[in-house]
Amino acid sequence: MTDGKPKKTVPYTVPIGPVHPALKEPVMFTFGMEGEVVKTVDFAPGQTHRGIEWMGMRRNPVQIVHLTDRICGICGIVHSLSFARAVEKIAGIEVPERADYIRTILHELERIQSHLLWAGVAAHELGFDSLFYLAWRVREQSMDLIENLTGNRVNYGIVQVGGVRRDISDDQRPLIEKGLAYYRGLLDQMATVFLEDSTIRMRCREHGLLSADQARLLCTIGPTARASGLNMDVRQDYPYCAYGDLDVKAIIPPGGAHGDVYDRIVVRLLEVGQSIEIIQQCVDNLPAGEILWEQKMAKLLATCRKAEGEAIGRVEAPRGECMHYVRMDGNEAPASWKIKASSYSNLMSWVPMLEGEQLADIPIIVASIDPCLSCTDRVSVVRGNHQNVLTKDDLTRLSREKTRRLMA
Amino acid sequence: MIQEFLVTIAGIITVAVSGIIIGLFLMGFDRIVAARMQARIGPPLTQPFTDVRKLFCKENVVPENAIAWMFNFAPVVALASVFTILLYLPIAGLPPVLAGQGDLILVMYLLTIPALALVAGGFASGSPYATIGAQREMVTMIAYEFPLAIVIIAVAWKLALSGIAMPFTLASIQANPVWGLVGPVGVIGLLILLMVLLIVTPAELSRIPFDTPEAETELAGGILVEYSGRNLALFSLTQGVKTVAMASLVVALFFPYSLAAAAGISGVPALVLNLIFYILLVTLVAFISVSVVRVSMARFRINQVVSVYWIYLAVAGLFGLLLVMADHLLGVV
Repeated sequence: MTDGKPKKTVPYTVPIGPVHPALKEPVMFTFGMEGEVVKTVDFAPGQTHRGIEWMGMRRNPVQIVHLTDRICGICGIVHSLSFARAVEKIAGIEVPERADYIRTILHELERIQSHLLWAGVAAHELGFDSLFYLAWRVREQSMDLIENLTGNRVNYGIVQVGGVRRDISDDQRPLIEKGLAYYRGLLDQMATVFLEDSTIRMRCREHGLLSADQARLLCTIGPTARASGLNMDVRQDYPYCAYGDLDVKAIIPPGGAHGDVYDRIVVRLLEVGQSIEIIQQCVDNLPAGEILWEQKMAKLLATCRKAEGEAIGRVEAPRGECMHYVRMDGNEAPASWKIKASSYSNLMSWVPMLEGEQLADIPIIVASIDPCLSCTDRVSVVRGNHQNVLTKDDLTRLSREKTRRLMA
Repeated sequence: MIQEFLVTIAGIITVAVSGIIIGLFLMGFDRIVAARMQARIGPPLTQPFTDVRKLFCKENVVPENAIAWMFNFAPVVALASVFTILLYLPIAGLPPVLAGQGDLILVMYLLTIPALALVAGGFASGSPYATIGAQREMVTMIAYEFPLAIVIIAVAWKLALSGIAMPFTLASIQANPVWGLVGPVGVIGLLILLMVLLIVTPAELSRIPFDTPEAETELAGGILVEYSGRNLALFSLTQGVKTVAMASLVVALFFPYSLAAAAGISGVPALVLNLIFYILLVTLVAFISVSVVRVSMARFRINQVVSVYWIYLAVAGLFGLLLVMADHLLGVV
């Protein structure tokens, strides 16, 4: 991850992390600095590994859905939806249309609250605390709405294999309408305070640059990729849930992408607007019918137990594509379960973004990809003090060994 | 002789104590006002007092690789120097405690000492964050000195042109409010200079958008990152008293009015009236140049701090100075 220069050309190193006010979750950065300018970037994730996959290997799919709720404190629905979709594919479970629409509504509400949360964090990283308070205050409306619909503010517990656990009643519709109207009226104001503020423009325009080529080579996803001008969005490219019925287009900064921090703000703010419209369409066209493929738990579990095969569930999380690989072999617990959180694909883009920038820009650039590290961390080496860096060859060898073990 | 000496000592103690009280009050006021502007409730007005009292009770940790004597000495020097500034500034319409022994030039130099003490303390901490913070503090200091000097020299120079002896002493400035000496063009020039001074104030006090040396999200407190307990309490007091000193400097230069004299009151009521008027003015200055600015802006990068001061504010200051000069020439013609 260093650019290969000898160490002595760098006068001093500045460690940021594993715990530091610039970071909302633990990750270890080591910067080689020359004055205020970042010369080399190295980072070590894996500081907050919790062994969730390991826990899942001892549970049945319905229990795992609860576990997936707890992978991330912000993406409450992304992981459970992604996992449920993988299991549904394997077991051939058909999700009722109404459940698909309810899933979509909550998925988009989650995007609104996640992007507003990010907007607040970004403002705080810039030292603009008034905006931070404003963003988090208006976020409360979406949290309240989610609480009203699911019963929880975080860890919603709404997704079930084969549908959703709670229906949206007709009494709740006016509440949703009210929430949507609130955000519609607010969007212009948010755009003004974030995009027309000269200090924000000074700090974010042309900083943390990631060209479209770099973004493609590093396999970045989500708003990070779209801000660099890549036209990609799982909702558009591989529609799932109700997205096939809706008109969803990937949001690319209007007037050409610069691929800077400012564009990432633009993309996220526009996506809030897009989410409002998606929810509106879903509420207007909410089909009648069941919300679960099967009410009886025993039958659902039996179906899952009988299922054999493998599948990938992918959804467009607020941070980008989230993927769950599940493999079932006729046992109660899955034979294999692998999570690829969205931030995993975006972390490497930190290196080209940060090199050559000033120390003062580190917090906002690090935050600009909206990293979610506890979702991402899948490995942590705790044996002894030494750290091994695994190269691509090592990883290929390890994965081949594991595949052979699984096939055996 | 001895009586004079005792009066001076009493004056110094009074100024020090009231400086601390007003300073902590201003910090509490700033926190409440900023909180209300951000739609929060905010802490009680007495919060800074509680904080400082708590810090004095806490353990004073000196990092292993710090230069201990310098690390411990820096906060004492910083606090002592801000007290000294207050002794040269007129407070509440009263002449300075050390009147006749120093002038504005001295105040300008004294203002750099708390910053230098912070820099020394930062370098002595032996932490990379504090080192970067100390470097930034030095750069910030170099940046804002020039506009500050322009403002002070402009005011004194105007007094000198008007035939006032010893224009740099605060007593002369107090006796001859500068607004009375200029015509309409000069008033515009002075307003620009006042604005420049109000924008220098947040940098002098390391507040957003010029809080780069401390920069919580970047440097985790930067220059102060290793300070704790008693030393941090001394720096908090320094911060409070420095707010009073800067606000008093603004008041002394641009609002050297005595309400009691205008109303024709004398004796103790005059003193009380002047004190209230002074606290109101100081609070107003702190409100404008600390609270409002920090609520409505993001933190600048250090190179942006330099360009703001050296380019924009220096040009604005020089323009103000030119207007005052033009006003004088017009007046002569």
